[in-house]
Amino acid sequence: MSTNNKLVLVIGSTSDIARATVKEFAQNGYSFILAARNPEQAERDAKDIAIRFSVECFVKELDVAKLETHTAFVDSLSALPEIVICVAGYLGNQELAQADTIEAEKILVTNFNGCISILSPLAERMKQRGSGCIIGISSVAGDRGRASNFYYGSAKAGFTAYLSGLRQYLGQFGVSVLTVKPGFVATKMTKGLPLPKPLTALPEEVAKDMFRAYTKGTSVLYTRWFWRYIMLIVKLVPEFIFKKVKM
Amino acid sequence: MKISNWGNFPVVDVQVDSVSTIPEIQSSVLESVECIARGLGRCYGDSALAAKIIDMQGLNRILSFDPQTGIVECEAGVSLKDLIDVFLPKGWFLPVTPGTKFVTVGGAIASDVHGKNHHKVGSFSSHTLSFTLLTENGEILFCSDNQNKEIFHATFGGMGLTGIILTAKVQLKPVETAFIAQETVKVKNLEHMIEVFEQSEPFTYSVAWTDILSSGSSLGRGVMIRGEHATLDQLNEKQKLTPFTIPKKPTVTLPFYLPQFVLNSLTVMAFNALYFGKTPAGTNKSIVDYDSFFYPLDIVHQWNRGYGKRGFTQYQFVIPKESGLNALREIYTAIQQSGQGSFLVVLKLFGEQEGILNFPKRGYTLALDFAIKPQLFPLLDALDEIVKKYDGRLYLTKDVRMSKDMFDFGYPQRELFETIKKTTNVTGRFSSLQAKRLGL
Ligand SMILES: Cc1cc2nc3c(=O)[nH]c(=O)nc-3n(C[C@H](O)[C@H](O)[C@H](O)COP(=O)(O)OP(=O)(O)OC[C@H]3O[C@@H](n4cnc5c(N)ncnc54)[C@H](O)[C@@H]3O)c2cc1C
Ligand SMILES: NC(=O)c1ccc[n+]([C@@H]2O[C@H](COP(=O)([O-])OP(=O)(O)OC[C@H]3O[C@@H](n4cnc5c(N)ncnc54)[C@H](OP(=O)(O)O)[C@@H]3O)[C@@H](O)[C@H]2O)c1
Repeated sequence: MSTNNKLVLVIGSTSDIARATVKEFAQNGYSFILAARNPEQAERDAKDIAIRFSVECFVKELDVAKLETHTAFVDSLSALPEIVICVAGYLGNQELAQADTIEAEKILVTNFNGCISILSPLAERMKQRGSGCIIGISSVAGDRGRASNFYYGSAKAGFTAYLSGLRQYLGQFGVSVLTVKPGFVATKMTKGLPLPKPLTALPEEVAKDMFRAYTKGTSVLYTRWFWRYIMLIVKLVPEFIFKKVKM
Repeated sequence: MKISNWGNFPVVDVQVDSVSTIPEIQSSVLESVECIARGLGRCYGDSALAAKIIDMQGLNRILSFDPQTGIVECEAGVSLKDLIDVFLPKGWFLPVTPGTKFVTVGGAIASDVHGKNHHKVGSFSSHTLSFTLLTENGEILFCSDNQNKEIFHATFGGMGLTGIILTAKVQLKPVETAFIAQETVKVKNLEHMIEVFEQSEPFTYSVAWTDILSSGSSLGRGVMIRGEHATLDQLNEKQKLTPFTIPKKPTVTLPFYLPQFVLNSLTVMAFNALYFGKTPAGTNKSIVDYDSFFYPLDIVHQWNRGYGKRGFTQYQFVIPKESGLNALREIYTAIQQSGQGSFLVVLKLFGEQEGILNFPKRGYTLALDFAIKPQLFPLLDALDEIVKKYDGRLYLTKDVRMSKDMFDFGYPQRELFETIKKTTNVTGRFSSLQAKRLGL
């Protein structure tokens, strides 16, 4: 597999955060492989990016939840990207997940197993090459399990732990890992939810923060920045009090 | 959520659904009892307001561009600013542009916007080759001069009532530079203005700013601004190196609503005197960048807050060319007698225009901004009577208060529009506050 030092692979590219992120990297001259479970939609994004920024943009079909397809996907890449950004995720419905294992599994596989399954073979190849960066979009929801979304939260917690371990593992081989923990972001995932406006970021802000963190070599990014402190407080609350709080 | 269009009047509390893909729009439409598309909300009144607003800004992909022909295909939420930013460096400009670049392609089609070159090239519809339209039952129609021709024509100026425009093909025009060779002409009064407009017909672009409050022998004085796209050899040596790059201007945002008294007839008069006084006599030529020529107001973001929290409206009418002098004189006098100043008064001469609900027709169009206050409405009703007397009509995208009667008078093809509208909007799911007011 050849390598391309300005190529970015985006997993879950049709997400709102991914679209904004691609624009941010495109402004800086990167080209892309957009991997999405809906390739027709991704194709529209790809045309837009190619025309607006005069960069190359290819589309590949990828379902994060179809673990058995992942090795073949990685083998089929024409070049090993410099950067892999894993944005796919699924908020799901907590109540439904409690009643129905199918929903629970879907949350776990989209946010955890599936992401690991696709990132691991890519990580191995980057390790062999001795360069690259893996960016994983986790969530502040993974910092502490809460009654309102602990299926999603625990899957993201698992993903955060995976990324942190991966960072330690790959560091000595020249591959960096960036964990992104957004707070509230106005996207199709959160559409219709009553998010508090002053705390809610636009996807474009998340994208800007992410690009800056990538260039600075940051390990863990909270975006907007104040979520680091909000979550610090949330994590510091003793369990005997936390269990009585409605969140 | 609380929302209003550019005039900040009326403010309504309605559902706003932000969408970024066509399947999302389809389900949003099918789920709703009443909805209307909204682009960047640059219409002034209640055209883009309804119980449910479908916010199209996220549907903003550019889908194809042919550098040989200059034909661009894009989704309806792409803004004119985006098209300039992407294609001007490649030597292509908008065929028609309104006085702000913060409008979407969908909004430009739905209002069939015009620019300072209407007398030469018609309105936005004249350069739109085709579009796709979502009907109220979720079907997608391809519309052009050859397919679904009636729906194609009814959608221009149709204010979103025939359906939701999803994508469009627009013909851009080639330019050599990002600059305009501009001429300003100081105009003494209304008679002189009409004369200068006649003389200016050969120019691609022409528009006049006029002082609504001066009276007597200087009634209707103002400044004609006209221009042509500058060719490469008209630029100075520095500009020639990067002919598509214009100097960066700082933009400022009006951070809060100014109290309404700030823009009263006294300040308007003082401003006009200053502006008129500053303009050198006779004809003056210069090379200016496209932003200063087309979008002088865009430099101040949210300047609409300058009219105070109660908001403002724009009254824009067109009257046949031959009545120009008399009608304008009567209108200016009526406004002066009312004591209500208008800060921004723009006069332009339209060419011929085919269409069903589109606004332009051969004649003079005048646009006036007014702060909302109780005394305003009787004044506008009185102006309506003058406009009617001279066989004119009002622009829907600026309107917030015209009566059904006034609309029926100005748009004799409304019945044809309604017949066509019924083919794509059978039960009237696409509707707006304006449509209800006008019984559309
Ligand atoms: C400073 C300023 C200067 C202006 N100058 C001019 C000018 O010189 N000439 C001129 O003609 N106009 C002018 N306008 C008016 C403006 O061009 C129009 O109101 C335009 O339609 C606004 O586009 P928008 O995307 O903001 O649409 P909105 O204001 O959001 O909507 C306007 C109408 O278009 C419909 N619409 C929007 N998107 C779609 C869609 N995808 N499908 C179907 N319907 C849709 C809405 O339902 C509504 O009826 C000016 C406005 C401002 C604020
Ligand atoms: N929005 C927030 O407040 C917030 C906060 C913290 C973290 N996050 C995380 O940010 C990331 C991006 O989310 P977003 O807010 O941009 O929402 P989004 O637009 O809904 O993005 C989620 C994306 O995941 C994709 N996806 C879901 N299942 C998939 C699968 N099996 N295979 C491949 N792709 C799949 C979706 O594809 P389709 O487009 O085909 O549906 C969608 O593009 C997610 O990981 C999310 O958990 C979001």
